[in-house]
Amino acid sequence: MHITNLPLPFLILSFITILCALYVVTSKNPVHSVLALILTFFSISAHYILLNAQFLAIVNLMVYAGAIMVLFLFVLMLLNLSKDTEPVKSNLWGVAAAISAGLLLVVITASLQKSGIAVMKGNSPEIGLVKNLGRVLMTEYLVPFELSGILFIAAMVGAVLLGKRDSEKQDLLQQNDVQENA
Amino acid sequence: MLNIFQSLDISHYIYLSCVLFCIGLFGVLFRRNAIVLLMCIELMLNAVNLLFAAFSEYMGDKDANGQMFVFFIMVVAAAEAAVGLAILVMVYRNTRKTDVSFLDSLKD
Repeated sequence: MHITNLPLPFLILSFITILCALYVVTSKNPVHSVLALILTFFSISAHYILLNAQFLAIVNLMVYAGAIMVLFLFVLMLLNLSKDTEPVKSNLWGVAAAISAGLLLVVITASLQKSGIAVMKGNSPEIGLVKNLGRVLMTEYLVPFELSGILFIAAMVGAVLLGKRDSEKQDLLQQNDVQENA
Repeated sequence: MLNIFQSLDISHYIYLSCVLFCIGLFGVLFRRNAIVLLMCIELMLNAVNLLFAAFSEYMGDKDANGQMFVFFIMVVAAAEAAVGLAILVMVYRNTRKTDVSFLDSLKD
């Protein structure tokens, strides 16, 4: 199938997605990376809507673009990393990374060549609505749902423990900083 | 909903997801700023999410299993981001750097 036969919404959204993802990876400024990643999430949400997964699109926006990316931005601002702090490195690293990622792409696409083209059957639009998804979540996927609650508690406890200020050590570090500045 | 799937098949979504995943992999290999590394991991997870949603559509009638898996991947991604950023803040507090190439003291 030629690329011009593809529907226009899919082409435009894919183009935006890949462009923003490339900017996330190549931009020098971490804040620009975060903003480009938010744009990537928006276009992926649009893909979800095309795929009859409406509730998934909204959740993707709220959880990823709303919560996780704000967390990233907070950490960036907190650590004052908005300026470029990354050291300049040789182009060899970039070439090696590009070759590795490109090889993986070639291997995956080559392995898909023999799979043949399968046209999507298409879901009914009701399948992605919250009514149906909630019913499935609370019946078939009840145990994983409860387990994900435990995972969240563990992650929260871990984050609080890791982020808690170790007071003696902190005082020592601050003293060192003062001495270095003096 | 738009009926665009007359001329669209699953392989296009597979290729799009592969490209996104490989871009994320390239970022993980190329960048050294730990925050950008975490963001590239989020990008890879999102590529997989998109593939799950596409396969849910591909399976057709009344099959929401693919979409359910996307929820669980989101849970794991949120937990991973929280713990990863907490570790990152602690590393920054101790070393004043977020460059992962300096974190090689286990190597010697």
